[in-house]
Amino acid sequence: MDEYQISILINMGLLSFIALSCGMLLIGGVVSFGQQAFFGIGAYVGGTASVAGGLPLSAALLLAIVAGALANAMLGAITLRLRGFYFSIASLAAAEAIRICLELVHLEVTLKDGETVGPRGLQGLGGVRQLYEQGFSASDFCLLIYALLLAVVLGLTVFMRGRFGVSLRMAGLDPELAATFGVDVRRIRLTVSAIAGAIAGLGGCLFVHYTTYVEPSNFGLMLGIHGIAYALIGGTGALVGPFLGVAFDILVLEASRVFQGYRMIVFGGGVALFLILRPRGILDTRTVMRLEAAAKAAFQSLRRNRGDRRDPITKEGT
Amino acid sequence: MLNDVLIALPAGLALGCSYALLAVGFTLVFGVLRRINLAYGASIMTGLYGAIWLYETYSLSPLLLAPIVIAITLVAGVYVERLCFAPHGGRPDFIPMAASFAIWMQLQEIATLLLPQHSYAFPSLFGRAWEATAHIGVRLEHVLSLVSAVVVAVGVWLLLYRTRFGQTVRALSDNRQAAAYVGISVSRVSAMTFALSSVLGAIAGYLIVSVDGQITPMFAMWATLKGLIAAILGGLGSIFGAVVGGLMLGLLEMLLQTGFGPQYRDLASYVLLLILLAYGGAVLPRSLQAMTRPKGQEGR
Repeated sequence: MDEYQISILINMGLLSFIALSCGMLLIGGVVSFGQQAFFGIGAYVGGTASVAGGLPLSAALLLAIVAGALANAMLGAITLRLRGFYFSIASLAAAEAIRICLELVHLEVTLKDGETVGPRGLQGLGGVRQLYEQGFSASDFCLLIYALLLAVVLGLTVFMRGRFGVSLRMAGLDPELAATFGVDVRRIRLTVSAIAGAIAGLGGCLFVHYTTYVEPSNFGLMLGIHGIAYALIGGTGALVGPFLGVAFDILVLEASRVFQGYRMIVFGGGVALFLILRPRGILDTRTVMRLEAAAKAAFQSLRRNRGDRRDPITKEGT
Repeated sequence: MLNDVLIALPAGLALGCSYALLAVGFTLVFGVLRRINLAYGASIMTGLYGAIWLYETYSLSPLLLAPIVIAITLVAGVYVERLCFAPHGGRPDFIPMAASFAIWMQLQEIATLLLPQHSYAFPSLFGRAWEATAHIGVRLEHVLSLVSAVVVAVGVWLLLYRTRFGQTVRALSDNRQAAAYVGISVSRVSAMTFALSSVLGAIAGYLIVSVDGQITPMFAMWATLKGLIAAILGGLGSIFGAVVGGLMLGLLEMLLQTGFGPQYRDLASYVLLLILLAYGGAVLPRSLQAMTRPKGQEGR
């Protein structure tokens, strides 16, 4: 793979964190336009810890996850009662408020070698070169991103198989009905907010270590539009859904270079058209259940065919 | 300090008038469709950018700018309605909203491809005439904003309460299904409401930008969020509320700007929106919100 292909893969991986973050909230029944802010918080907290605090990547990632989760849980607590577009607009306002706060943050620290580092208001946060100084190459970085992404998706998939996943889907479909079945909708909403924030924070921390430099305008509205669009295109049926949305945008539109320079225009219109044709996304719950049923049936018929070759009385292979 | 506030007052009032028009545009669409058009600011921005582009390319007269802004915004608004709202009749609210969010990106991208610089000067109708009264903080643009906002607000009121079209709009906003049963074409009235809201937005956009004297790509978000805040301040769905909310927001922002600067002004208005949504609802008492407020539709 050449450098360009690796950079596209890395881009896809990083965007997948925002898409997954939006996707988790979407399963919980709310459309968030503000996950880019928690991506930004992750980038700022992780980047500052790494460059000014001198912490290793693992500690920076952990801090970014905690910061993202806490910030999103706080927003979740404020917006607990909101539904539909009231929630979406609240998330949009919160994200813009957070972005302006990032513009106002000044935390310059002078290191031993005389270099001044840390968030510098509008000028952003630079010099997060830890990984490159340790000799990381772009392909190593790509592997790291996808390993973490895979771990998050697998972990969440297992988690969602349990009681939490069922409650989350119930709360997402109909909060009142879910409450009558004994689901604590408020707790579920808070938990899913924290999870979504943690995912976004993790992605943001990886982002800043990859680019070595971020500024508040990186976490503007366009990133948010992309995140929620990926989640909507992918659908809420399975956690790989958001990744399909990312792959559609980046692989089909960016890498094919057919629409060079007009990608955002084509993508914006494409999302609107797609929502007319398939309002629930590619992998909606029903499609996923059908696919699972088909897979199960295929598996069983495979077993039965193997069984048929045995003698029904002696149980011996013919 | 007091002197600064007094000088900022006319500007705040003018800004408030523009916010009021934006908020009325939002509230009209919400009243009829019960849905939020997030591409509102972006379609106004398309109109403004298109007009500046035509002005610079063909060196038009500044007098022609306003009609061109209105025309392009109108086309963009109807495009948004046909693509994002008309096809999603009985579907959940978030789908058209998300679609309009995506079209926001599209329109903003088109506008910035047309004019790629960071900011553009917007030609003034009055040239340098503002210098005469600058020391008391009043400019001809402020007067223009105030007068146009009053004229447009009265016009909208007449349109809604004194014409047949207005009657159908109010009927639809009251009860969609009943309106359809008595033979009102829901799709046509929705599209026309969108067109009306686009015209209001275009006028507001023109006034805001001619007071500012320049435009940046941030305009789309700025107009959308400020219009929404003003509309929610006064109670979403209420025309009178939207006007009051717009004036309140304009004055409040001007005070914040003179006191703390533009970043804190924007921060404060977003936090205000968040608090309004989470805890308050409308600031205006329900009894004062006009009849266009949908029945049985509470603050959330």
